[in-house]
Amino acid sequence: MSDELLRVTNLVKNFEVRRTKNSGAKKRTVQAVANVSFSIERGQTLGLVGESGSGKTTLGRCVLRLIEPTSGQVEFDGHDLGSMKFEELRALRRKMQIVFQDPFASLDPKMTVGASIAEPLIVQGVPGDHNDKIFDLLELVGLSVDHASRFPHEFSGGQRQRIGIARALALNPALIILDEPVSALDVSIQAGILNLFEDLQKKLGISYLFIAHDLSVVRHVADRIAVMYLGKIVEIGDQETVFENPTHPYTKALLSAVPLTDPKAERARTRVILEGEVPSPINPPSGCRFRTRCWKAQDICAQQEPVLELRAMGQMSACHFPES
Amino acid sequence: MADKILQIRNLQVTFDTPFGQVFAVRGVDLDVEAGELLGVVGESGSGKSVTFLAAMGLLSSRARVSGSVVLAGEELIGKSSRQLRSVRGRLMSMIFQDPLSALNPVHRVGKQIGEMLQAHQNLTNKQAAARAVELLDIVGIPQPDQRSSQYPHEFSGGMRQRVVIAIAIANNPKLLIADEPTTALDVTVQAQILEVIKRVQQQFGTAVVLITHDLGVIARVADIVDVMYAGRNVEQGSIESLYDHPSHPYTRGLLASIPQPGKGRLTPIRGFPPNMMDPPSGCAFRTRCDFADSTCEIEIPELRAFSDLQTACLRAQLLPSFRKTQ
Repeated sequence: MSDELLRVTNLVKNFEVRRTKNSGAKKRTVQAVANVSFSIERGQTLGLVGESGSGKTTLGRCVLRLIEPTSGQVEFDGHDLGSMKFEELRALRRKMQIVFQDPFASLDPKMTVGASIAEPLIVQGVPGDHNDKIFDLLELVGLSVDHASRFPHEFSGGQRQRIGIARALALNPALIILDEPVSALDVSIQAGILNLFEDLQKKLGISYLFIAHDLSVVRHVADRIAVMYLGKIVEIGDQETVFENPTHPYTKALLSAVPLTDPKAERARTRVILEGEVPSPINPPSGCRFRTRCWKAQDICAQQEPVLELRAMGQMSACHFPES
Repeated sequence: MADKILQIRNLQVTFDTPFGQVFAVRGVDLDVEAGELLGVVGESGSGKSVTFLAAMGLLSSRARVSGSVVLAGEELIGKSSRQLRSVRGRLMSMIFQDPLSALNPVHRVGKQIGEMLQAHQNLTNKQAAARAVELLDIVGIPQPDQRSSQYPHEFSGGMRQRVVIAIAIANNPKLLIADEPTTALDVTVQAQILEVIKRVQQQFGTAVVLITHDLGVIARVADIVDVMYAGRNVEQGSIESLYDHPSHPYTRGLLASIPQPGKGRLTPIRGFPPNMMDPPSGCAFRTRCDFADSTCEIEIPELRAFSDLQTACLRAQLLPSFRKTQ
């Protein structure tokens, strides 16, 4: 337990939807993250998966307080982030970094790569000219020293993502939030970046919150998995347990929707194809939010919201009729 | 044997840009047989979309297209835009990644389907409207008679893609080209759309070309696979053979870089795709290939029979046998 780096408890984030002419007088809210709790240990990776609109990105940003959570608690390395003043928070943010999906948008086109990587050091008031640090970081992420004086447009997508990672590493963080870090990359390039994450974790003992919609990628990198649906975690547990023995019907359907790359295995397996699409988070279904698409739903699912419960294989899931 | 619906020979597409010429497609050969589902796979910039946009005659005047595209016996390259218009939608149609931009926001979806029907068939408005409802039913839209009078914004992403498919198959074309049709969709919805496409192929005998970067999608639905790299085909064959014993180093590299359960460290392909303004001489993949030697710099490899695949690699017979990493 002492090895816990991040603990999130009952986190809620509501967004208010602006009234338009036709939406009536009532103010409406979207509950993007609905009472979510989890923790990450030092040197470990938690994979956060879910479809668009499930709240995984919002959750990642709430953890850093880039978005102010509505309620709930985020503890990082024993500090409660919610009660911190801005200055204290900024000092703590050295230890928590983020890498975004789009390596084209997250680098300033007018700054050299070296300047981009050094920027966090300058912002945090680290003394020195940072050149040695920049060179070390470039080598650490598999680029070369002479790349420092070039501009982002001279690099391919995979290389830019490496620059973004070097920048995130500049302040020796303990936690990096990786928000869809390989989704914009071709598979042959993606593999190199995934290997890099693995190497960095081994070398530096960093923890990752790895947010992605691609389950095969998450399975490859994560120690633990949390599956989100409409703002809630529906299943959480060890990677292997969740993938091999999913107990929530949504997890099961999600896994079965991902095509395998072996055509024989892919065609031989039985699939659960879900009906319909994710409902609007403005007006989520009562009780279990997944019930409108669930083939097991009964009356109780509409009336009573299921809570996360421990299952036989060791994971937690929130379902009245779990798969065994 | 089955008849060829589409035959592409030595297709070349070059774009003139202010920075120079981009050689996007550099001699593609491809056959699609009646009723089959061909998966075309390649990374960004491999020319997979441009090949079929050229076949449809949908490229801008900046593009210079040469070679031959024969659809159901008719040569399409060199046809006037008026002649092409009578082919598109009737003999072949194409759907794209983003269904919202393919639909007109100010017309009801039923009308948009009807428009396609009336462009090629002599139907009254009433007949077209009735047929539109049937088509919505075929692509699995619930309450098709009500949905037919709704606007695109009232549909979800997956439902919009179904509407686009309904428009594409309205005139029962011989060939449906689907360019990354599920890339913008969530996996659970992707699974639904793939089912619809597969059903169209099986129920109506429509040949389908599915263009994607996702080898998993191909594994699920394709009969035949074509792998593209730097504007050329590098390998073709049946889905089982291609995934079981790929012969081209690029195909092998792609399969080795995909994460799979139980697989240890991934093997990326080193380097990055070539700049198509100045592609490498000879085999374009040689700059990233572990097996290349000096002959690869000189000769451009053509597709040749190798085991039960067609492989464009000069050194295919010298490669070690493929070990599955699973």
